[in-house]
Amino acid sequence: MTINTEMKVRVAKVTQVAERVKRFRFERIDGQPMPVFSGGAHVIVSMRDGRALRRNPYSLMSSPTDTAGYEISVLRVENSRGGSAFLHEKLREGDELVLSQPVNLFPFDQRGKKHIMMAGGIGITPFIAMMDQMEFEGKAFELHYAVRTRTHGAYWKDLQQRYGSHRVKIYCDEEKLFIPVEKILENQPLGTHLYVCGPAGMINGVLGKARALGWPKQNLHSEEFLAPPPGKAFQVRLAKSNRTIDVAPHQSILEALEANGVDAPYLCRGGACGQCETGVVSCDGELEHNDHFLEPDDKASGKKIMICVSRIKGNEVTLDL
Amino acid sequence: MLVAGIKSRPVYGGLNIEAHAKRHLFVLEGEGALALVDQVKARGLEFLKQADILYVATGSVAHEHDKALAKLGADSCWVAPTIPVLLNRFNVMLGQAHMGTHIYLAGTEGFIGQAQQVAMNHGVDPASLHTEHRGSAARRVQCVHCKGITDSVTTSPYICTHCGLSLLVRDHYSRRIGAFQGVCIDAEEPGTAPQPEELFP
Repeated sequence: MTINTEMKVRVAKVTQVAERVKRFRFERIDGQPMPVFSGGAHVIVSMRDGRALRRNPYSLMSSPTDTAGYEISVLRVENSRGGSAFLHEKLREGDELVLSQPVNLFPFDQRGKKHIMMAGGIGITPFIAMMDQMEFEGKAFELHYAVRTRTHGAYWKDLQQRYGSHRVKIYCDEEKLFIPVEKILENQPLGTHLYVCGPAGMINGVLGKARALGWPKQNLHSEEFLAPPPGKAFQVRLAKSNRTIDVAPHQSILEALEANGVDAPYLCRGGACGQCETGVVSCDGELEHNDHFLEPDDKASGKKIMICVSRIKGNEVTLDL
Repeated sequence: MLVAGIKSRPVYGGLNIEAHAKRHLFVLEGEGALALVDQVKARGLEFLKQADILYVATGSVAHEHDKALAKLGADSCWVAPTIPVLLNRFNVMLGQAHMGTHIYLAGTEGFIGQAQQVAMNHGVDPASLHTEHRGSAARRVQCVHCKGITDSVTTSPYICTHCGLSLLVRDHYSRRIGAFQGVCIDAEEPGTAPQPEELFP
């Protein structure tokens, strides 16, 4: 069940925006407008890299009302599985790619009276589109943006210029400045929502502090796309179609299925959305759950797995596919 | 006669005191006072050091729950003469409240629904409210035909106090207006409505 509404696009522009961060602008080859999206949405970018097909989720950071093209910003990660290395080193203006329709797993709550965003590093990208929408709609917001150094931090100058330094605060690791989470959250008006995007440690730290200050979970939002962690090779047996497929150390189960022509469902490919939840019939080892989606009970039951990021420690797992 | 088994029917989870709350705001009606009294019995008085109580007695006035509430020693305990007066004060208090304040609603369903509307207008997600149904099962119902709301409906069908139609009460609930929905029961053949049954005493 692949969503068959993919859009063929051309790379219209590549811009180096900070150390190790590049921005890519995509425009449709058929000249049609892009769908309008809502701030916080992402697309899956499908990249043909030699023989490998890579599909990664990236938050959209262009204005949600700009239907002429979509923009993403990509951090070149050191131990890249291939996606960010391909985008940074191989992709050129004029090249062609395939994008999915936009999907939003990180929308802002329209009922909120005020919106506080906290970003760590490249986690800034969904907030750029969100702030564009919030400004357009006249919503009250503020951004707290933690960067390693001022040269690593993308867009902070533009954002301060556009929204003012009273609404966009920068905290630079190198200058020993950190987001004063408790102080910010202490006296916010009722109906304020908090959004966090960044590394797992930052998300957990911020949300933990918010809960300790009595913020209800309905007002807390976060997004982190996981790259499927590597592991040892194993085999997947498909119970319904009675096939056996090898999963390589740097491959996810989903990628291995796709490489063998199996059309398994997915949406975010980052362990967040729940679309690729798959039943486990049996497993001769231990399930390694890497997702944010399943509840602890589900993880412990050994009956479900999110095939986009999770794998097994063992030789063979039989899936209900 | 009642149409039940509808998903929108509210579920009241009880006044579970949030340990991390910076302030507690109790908004209570009638027998709802006892929901707080029971929490104090179970947990002690400590949480009332950061608490405000708003109370309206309505039909429970003879039970003098206001005296029991005043004795608890909360930061403030204010007794309103009527529901609209209480909701007005609640609205003003929410305008000055901060995140970390937890809101507890207890009383009849109609009261909880109206107080919830006030909270929602301040951007509060209804799922973050602590609610407990106490007292009468009487319902606040909207006539889906004339949109008139009738409070304290105890039977189904009932006669709409606005347009006079015989209305079947459904479990279909609107959070936005804080009321159940009543639908004409004898539209095909007016005058053939069954006898009202006392379903919500």
